[in-house]
Amino acid sequence: MASSSIPAGGHSDPTRRDFLMVATGALAGVGAAATAWPFINNLNPAADTLALSTIEVNVTPIQVGQAVTVKWRGKPVFIRHRTPEEIKEAEAVPLSALPDPQTDNSRVTDTAKKVRPEWLIMIGVCTHLGCVPLGNKPGDPKGEYGGWFCPCHGSSYDTSGRIRKGPAPKNLVVPEYLFSTDSLVRIG
Amino acid sequence: MASSHGTPPVFNNKVVAWIDHRLPIFSYIEKEYHTFPTPRNFNYFWNFGAIATVMLVLMIATGIVLATNYTPHVLMAFDSVERIDRDVPQGWLIRDLHMNGASFFFIAVYIHIFRGMYYGSYKAPRELLWILGVVIFLLMMATAFMGYVLPWGQMSFWGATVITNLFSAIPVVGESIVTWLWGGFAVDNPTLNRFFALHYLLPFVIVAVVALHVVALHIHGSNNPTGIDPKGPQDTVPFHPYYTMKDGFGVMVFLIIYAAFVFFAPDYMGHPDNYIPADPLVTPAHIVPEWYFLPFYAILRAIPDKLGGVLAMFGAIAVLFILPWLDTSRVRSATFRPIYKWFMMVLVVDVIVLGFCGANPPEGFWVPLSQLATLYYFFHFLILLPVLGKIERPLPLPPSIADAVLKKKAV
Repeated sequence: MASSSIPAGGHSDPTRRDFLMVATGALAGVGAAATAWPFINNLNPAADTLALSTIEVNVTPIQVGQAVTVKWRGKPVFIRHRTPEEIKEAEAVPLSALPDPQTDNSRVTDTAKKVRPEWLIMIGVCTHLGCVPLGNKPGDPKGEYGGWFCPCHGSSYDTSGRIRKGPAPKNLVVPEYLFSTDSLVRIG
Repeated sequence: MASSHGTPPVFNNKVVAWIDHRLPIFSYIEKEYHTFPTPRNFNYFWNFGAIATVMLVLMIATGIVLATNYTPHVLMAFDSVERIDRDVPQGWLIRDLHMNGASFFFIAVYIHIFRGMYYGSYKAPRELLWILGVVIFLLMMATAFMGYVLPWGQMSFWGATVITNLFSAIPVVGESIVTWLWGGFAVDNPTLNRFFALHYLLPFVIVAVVALHVVALHIHGSNNPTGIDPKGPQDTVPFHPYYTMKDGFGVMVFLIIYAAFVFFAPDYMGHPDNYIPADPLVTPAHIVPEWYFLPFYAILRAIPDKLGGVLAMFGAIAVLFILPWLDTSRVRSATFRPIYKWFMMVLVVDVIVLGFCGANPPEGFWVPLSQLATLYYFFHFLILLPVLGKIERPLPLPPSIADAVLKKKAV
């Protein structure tokens, strides 16, 4: 475009105007992006929402075979005190039978690398489209694999919360947690 | 084209003339809505543009009134809607008008889209007119979805969870996008707040796109049941009084049916679970969207892969954008396309089948049926339309609109 507007007199520098055009345009672009950023980032989680990202739970009252649901970051978290049979069942599954292969051990390890197979702590949100699977309450259906069953689109999870059947692509997510004592766990 | 075209209107009222000389709104109305030459052979399918416009205005009017009593907060939203229903003077009426208005707006728009597809209204030179229409349809879907979240019932909450989770299927950035949409780690108060803000904004964006849609329409004028262009004044009538009256009649009939639902079955098209306050810890056994999203929901679930399902669902709408170029036939109206005519009807049945698939749990024969219907949907647009235009032998077109109309009368 600027090649047609080469000044006739003296200066035979046709790229000078081009350079100014491109530089100005680029700067305007950077300015527009920098202005847009606060508007976009404004929609991200606010500080008070982020501040709610840690909870502490006392697990002493949860008997063997029982499970509780606590709320963390607006989502349900399942804490299950597994029976020895459930643990054995979960450990016996060969990795080749799993759509999302993970050992049972790796799912019951806290951030201090301590393994507690009796405590299974997971976000109770189906990895398909976000429903809450059934199986935490005594009367709930637990699905074909004895863990959890999502009623929305029929995903079944085993006693380690791993996906075994249905449209969900991933195992139930294990959040970061740390047992500060044997009875107190911090999630988040 | 019409006889009255070209002569500038003369206004006897001095105030009108004074204003029009400075801001020609009266000339504009005169030209575009009075003398505007319109094909003389419209059938009742051509009412639905006007009907959709009336519904849009009605939705905005009832929506503004509702917003004066609604509270967009997770602890108060459900109760504020119940208060509108029970305590606010005529609140029940305004809310039922708004709730059912969404359904009837979609009914009008779906018939309007069918009309465009059957009579080839998307073909040259009306491609941009059609594309603007698809944009309006998308905006309507976004608006309706966010509106359904506002009462903060169980279906509101879980519908919002499932639909926003669709974006988590996007590789790499999916989870961050979902967190950004939510403004948190789950559908929660920030989500409700922004959905309310956007639900209030988008209808006005729709109004703006509708204005562009009408501008584009008035460049080449309306299509008509024969699909052939008007060739002279004998083929057209002035928009007013002919089509203002016909549209007025159609609007009245439509509003009577709408009113029957509002007064006698206001919750017929809703879901009872949405009268249970939202509970983030309990998912309803069977989540379904509103009826007007069911065919697309069925397409989503028909694909056994999460990302694939999401792509197919958005693809089902995206394919409408390129419809003018997928259809290779130069004949607009299905009246003169003996094969396309039947395939168009099959597509309608297919979409209705998809609707039933979306309404039922994805078990048993519903799964293969929804897969078959999804396959057929894409087959129609991507394979049938391009091929059919090449191999179909259309019927002879009438020489003119007047000719077609008068010959029909003579028979």
